[in-house]
Amino acid sequence: MIGPDHRPPVWPRPEPGALAGIRICDFTGQLAGAGATKILAQLGAEVIRIEDPVRQGRWDILRGTQPFVGEHRGIEAGGSFNNHNAGKLGITLNLRDDRAKDLLRELVAASDAVTENFAAGVMERFGFGYEALRAIKPDIVYVSNCGFGADGPYASFRSWGPIAQAVSGLTFQSGLPDLPPAGWGYSFMDHTGAYYMAMAILMALYHRRRTGEGQWVDLACIEAAGTLHGAASLDFTVNDRPARRDGMPNSNRCQSPAMAPHGIWACDGDDEWVAIAVRNDDDWQRLAEALSEPWAADGRWARLAGRLAHEGELERLIGEWTARRDKHEVAELLVAAGVPAAPVLRPSERIDGDPRTSDWGMWVTVPHSEVGDTRVEGLPVRLSETDWAIGRAAPCLGEDNQYVLGEVLGHSDTEIAQLKADGVI
Amino acid sequence: MAGAGGARALDGLRVVELSSQRCALAGKLLADMGADVIVVEPPGGSPMRSYAPFAGDQPDPEGALWWWHYNTSKRSVVVDLDSAAGAADFRRLVSTADAVIEAEPLGRLDALGLDWAQLGGAATDRDQPDLRTDAEPDAPDGAEDCAGGRNQRLSWVSITHNGRDRADPPATDLTVLAEGGPVWSCGYDDHTIPPVRGGGNQGLHMASQYAVVTLMAALMWREHSGRGQLIEVSMLAAANATCEFATYFWLNQQIDVQRQTGRHALPQISEPTQVQCADGRWLNTGVPPRRGPEFAALATWVTELGLMEECPYAELLRLGESYEQIDILHLDADPLGAEVFGAGRDTVNFLAERLGAHELFVGLQSIGLACGIVYSPEEMLADEHFVTRGFPVEIDHDGTAVTYPGAPYKFSATPWRATRAPRLGEHQDLLAE
Repeated sequence: MIGPDHRPPVWPRPEPGALAGIRICDFTGQLAGAGATKILAQLGAEVIRIEDPVRQGRWDILRGTQPFVGEHRGIEAGGSFNNHNAGKLGITLNLRDDRAKDLLRELVAASDAVTENFAAGVMERFGFGYEALRAIKPDIVYVSNCGFGADGPYASFRSWGPIAQAVSGLTFQSGLPDLPPAGWGYSFMDHTGAYYMAMAILMALYHRRRTGEGQWVDLACIEAAGTLHGAASLDFTVNDRPARRDGMPNSNRCQSPAMAPHGIWACDGDDEWVAIAVRNDDDWQRLAEALSEPWAADGRWARLAGRLAHEGELERLIGEWTARRDKHEVAELLVAAGVPAAPVLRPSERIDGDPRTSDWGMWVTVPHSEVGDTRVEGLPVRLSETDWAIGRAAPCLGEDNQYVLGEVLGHSDTEIAQLKADGVI
Repeated sequence: MAGAGGARALDGLRVVELSSQRCALAGKLLADMGADVIVVEPPGGSPMRSYAPFAGDQPDPEGALWWWHYNTSKRSVVVDLDSAAGAADFRRLVSTADAVIEAEPLGRLDALGLDWAQLGGAATDRDQPDLRTDAEPDAPDGAEDCAGGRNQRLSWVSITHNGRDRADPPATDLTVLAEGGPVWSCGYDDHTIPPVRGGGNQGLHMASQYAVVTLMAALMWREHSGRGQLIEVSMLAAANATCEFATYFWLNQQIDVQRQTGRHALPQISEPTQVQCADGRWLNTGVPPRRGPEFAALATWVTELGLMEECPYAELLRLGESYEQIDILHLDADPLGAEVFGAGRDTVNFLAERLGAHELFVGLQSIGLACGIVYSPEEMLADEHFVTRGFPVEIDHDGTAVTYPGAPYKFSATPWRATRAPRLGEHQDLLAE
């Protein structure tokens, strides 16, 4: 049974994970990139994160920005950074120095994949574009992740999560009629871009394992996002029906598949809400019985067509009913009746107030070398033979220089000391 | 590119998918990269075939656009798992597969003798060298017809609400996003307006995305262990793992973030980041200029547009050119810097009143200011950048080309490639193999 905080924070991890033996030379940062290699690390890959000692790793703006771990501040106290890098090793390379470039060549030669989410062209300017990487290791897998991709008219344009969401159509598709776009209230595409990046890395590694062939995967986060509303896209390309039309978007309702009522209603209290989805006429019958309200017996509501024809009125009636009730009680009543319903949960409620997530092992405490215990996310999966584990907290800047340069690359303590003294690492 | 030949990343991999809206994306992701994904539909077809909208708005199980999108590159067989013959067909099919992906109601497959425990290598037998000769416990009638017993190399992906040992409440994309966290962060400054479900079935997608990542890791492990394994994916946990700052502010600071219109939910109220442009479309303005060269480039562009004389922020823009970088986290300590920073934002808003969203987007990005036009899905597909990169693809539907959103990633050696979704039972012959 996986329970909260069940995982021993030791390195190396107690048992090999599914990806044991895979080494990633990792330039990623922030969430869109670091979130990908985080998953691989927790599945057992050896992910070696490379940071710039001169800028103290601050290319990744999440180093040293809020939310901070408790009262701590500084580059080791960024809570997001510590979340996205738990389980990885960290080294520093000052790539302005040729000796650092030599070390990087050694590391690439010893790695299975190189990963990055810089702006397009940055790796080329370092001298480590795909062709250069392939010259070092012919079967290397190289996965780049940037908003607009490596080529095309907007290749020089810059992006992060909210911009990727805007340009891809995701922001447009999230909102209520006659209001500005609500969009996603966070960098949804940084998470999701990371998921696609993790898939790309593993699919390319799988192909290499089978054929010996490496390759470059050019992941444009906005294109990945553009695949996430396919039915709406096809409604235009097939039916000429644009998503930009009167009354749309209305993403709390459900047009595909058509459901009604389907939405989010206010409950008793301040900013308390419940979501209800009536999938079909049977769900409606169960809901009507559970409500026991005279209006719910109205024959107009018995069939989907009737509910859709008077959807606004139906939503108002349900809202009057939920407004007097606790969101948890509404959800429990309807779920017991067989109707999909759930309270809208705050972070505090779903993290520390919902045993379903803590029992899964979603919230893991790992001791960080400088800021002490840190709480990070786990993975929403279980593997029966090689389960995930978080072997350690996020690395401090250069924390694993000795291990990586010494044990992995075979440099002596004297050499490493000299590299440090010279500002190479 | 759709339909062209060439090497595939997942060539040789066979996946049996029990059709469900909860796992359809996982099968598609694998199929479009070359896996042989056989989608098993019940008699009458997958419920997804009944979802609106339809091609030509004519309800037709072969015309559901949802089905088209989520089932590209797959093959379809119809199998009645509740019949002895169908169960035997399914067992035979699974004996040829590398992986099964399913999101069936909890207990259904076990009751039919068609679950991981019966068809895959059970975890308790992990040290047994060969499980294929074991008798099938509680095998239903007809099981003896199947080609093999357990398939020790089989991986089995089970997408559930929150694990196989937990409750299985009725749930949809909406309810998963509500209780899983995303909804709390999405909506408007005005909290009398309901929070918003992000569109596009993302609550279903998250579990499928984690399913594919984890299955690929399990397949890598099988390369040297020779064994498959059971992978469980929790939809509830996947939503919880996809909430960004809302989670990190609570884990680190025990603060609940507050949703805000079109921008990050945060503990504090932040400045708006969306502006409506002259053509009615919206632009996400990103972070306004804060470095000297950015102010200079913006001033130059305003001048080129012939708008500098009427721009009320001209002087402050020029002042901005002298800043190396305005410290936007400490504007309280620098009133002039705050005024200059505000002028940069106001200049973007000034331009928005005069320019269409696309012109403003390209203009600002061209001078190095990150921003994004709020496109509708069809506008994104038509944009020259994505067209140039080959993102929209044409997929042949029996002589008619249909444009689809294309590759989420561009593999140089083994490109993504899709064919149309299968007709109901189009590949029934597979069962005779």
